[in-house]
Amino acid sequence: MESIGVLMMCPMSSYLENELQKRFNLLRFWTSPEKSVFLETHRNSIRAVVGNAFAGADAQLINDLPKLEIVSSFSVGLDKIDLGICKDKGIRVTNTPDVLTEDVADLAIGLIIALLRRLCECDRYVRSGKWKQGDFKLTTKFSGKSVGIIGLGRIGTAIAKRAEAFSCPINYYSRTVKPDVAYKYYPTVVDLAKNSDILVVACPLSDETRHIVNRQVMDALGPKGVLINIGRGPHVDEQELVKALTEGRLGGAALDVFEKEPHVPEELFGLENVVLLPHVGSGTVETRNAMADLVVGNLEAHFSGKSLLTPVV
Amino acid sequence: MTTTSFTQVLPRVLFVNRHAAMGVLGDSFVASTKFEILKAFESPLLLPEFLADQSHPVSAIIAPVAVPVTADLIRLLPNLRLVVTTSTGVDHVDLVECRRRGISVANAGSSYSEDVADTAVGLLIDVFRRISAANRFVKQRLWPLKGDYPLGSKLGRKRIGVVGLGSIGSMVATRLEAFGCQISYSSRNRKPSVPYHYYMDVQEMASNSDALVICCELNDKTFHLINRDVFAALGKQGVIVNVARGGIVDEDEMVRCLREGEIGGAGLDVFEDEPNVPKELFELDNVVLSPHCAYTSLEGLEQLGKVLVGNIEAFFSNKPLLTPVL
Repeated sequence: MESIGVLMMCPMSSYLENELQKRFNLLRFWTSPEKSVFLETHRNSIRAVVGNAFAGADAQLINDLPKLEIVSSFSVGLDKIDLGICKDKGIRVTNTPDVLTEDVADLAIGLIIALLRRLCECDRYVRSGKWKQGDFKLTTKFSGKSVGIIGLGRIGTAIAKRAEAFSCPINYYSRTVKPDVAYKYYPTVVDLAKNSDILVVACPLSDETRHIVNRQVMDALGPKGVLINIGRGPHVDEQELVKALTEGRLGGAALDVFEKEPHVPEELFGLENVVLLPHVGSGTVETRNAMADLVVGNLEAHFSGKSLLTPVV
Repeated sequence: MTTTSFTQVLPRVLFVNRHAAMGVLGDSFVASTKFEILKAFESPLLLPEFLADQSHPVSAIIAPVAVPVTADLIRLLPNLRLVVTTSTGVDHVDLVECRRRGISVANAGSSYSEDVADTAVGLLIDVFRRISAANRFVKQRLWPLKGDYPLGSKLGRKRIGVVGLGSIGSMVATRLEAFGCQISYSSRNRKPSVPYHYYMDVQEMASNSDALVICCELNDKTFHLINRDVFAALGKQGVIVNVARGGIVDEDEMVRCLREGEIGGAGLDVFEDEPNVPKELFELDNVVLSPHCAYTSLEGLEQLGKVLVGNIEAFFSNKPLLTPVL
């Protein structure tokens, strides 16, 4: 398989790079200064693309790679892949579901506690020596607060299960009611926000869910409510979010994702009711290795004519 | 009005320091029609002079950790019959002296337990997933410059040793179970009704754990319970979270272990000499520090106020204390 060209879109895991290099002809897209020349040079040898949450396979790329057979994403989200064109052209697509579910859910809860109990600000307070001048202020309790989850898939369900251990009543919004869950369903995101103390974004990004958290939702969440985004940046209208936070219309936000990563709106840096993370939802050694194993496993399966491990298309 | 009839005077309850809750909740924090609050902190006089100045004796005292109820203080209050602490821990109260004088003692019970348990879990996730450190990284504008942040460690299936399985320890355990952690515990006595593995010896538990969460009380037996041997057993990847009392951990040893990479990280809400924190810890990214505020949520303090008032009112109506210690 060493002659099979696999195009990796950006750095994502040195473990994955090593494993791909052992098996295929790995081409690192980010190392070439002239992208169009690079693609022209290698267009006939590239049979697979490995992408992630930052860079995948859009229509332009797919059209530039006539020999492309499979796109294997180092993510569970598929928003960076043009699935329609892949379907039309018979290009297979795989992702990394399940292996990262727990890490993302763990982080969501970690962010809720860090935000409500001001853990990051407490840490800063001690390090700056301010504790010698007086106690930190009162914060807000997490246990027992209502949690509203947008999207009750694998990740949403895992978040609900964890929040239940903190005696949190669980509400959710989904395209359709899930008949076998005990949580309270709300037919619109605004209703969900109105009836929840903590709103968590956990659905896939698509045309329908872009800016699903808009000004109306933020106003419904209100000055005592908080937003947690572990989905994708474009789920939230970022400009509106900045205004809502700086004007005090929203109680707080903890964000792992942004509309134009790695850029984060300047106005958020000085806010003590905001926690910001550099897209680390699945960022543990254990999970990134498991994700890499899935990417490699899917590619190996495809190129030896076996069934794909985690096919999407 | 401080009298209900011309013959009856309400019991007087001494409040030495201004409690944080009063700043937010005001006097309603411990308001009651059944007793009178004497606020020593509003007087310019030193406490002994202040007390000598009072015409009516103090029969109860509200004692936060910052106001140790020593034999000396008790001597200033010859009519003292009740001590109510605003903490669950009573290591700042001379229980021997109280017992000798027949003074009853009540604590905060489990008013704080949920908040402390929530913080313990929050600190554990923060250390394993580097939340505070990564938040600093982003807010210092380093993400576009330095690229991806170093990876953290998965919480699921980690073995967590809970030291002390009282109200707080139990709540920490049930929360962490939902994350897929394997819970074991060490306690004065085995608790037959719990599903977790019991260790009589903390060091043995540490050698079979990825993290220790300290939730026990501070007393003679638990002072420096977490010592060099326990840290060595916990190991280079091991994490310690302390939401109990600083004195349970040998702090100098812990700092040494963290600096030399002998243990993997720490989440600390309490220290041996608060508010002083060893400054060597400030250089470390795998440490999360908190100024003894695991218990201070607004809602938790409202609950505390109810327990304080409930205990005082019960005592002076000759009813059983809600949360008796002595």
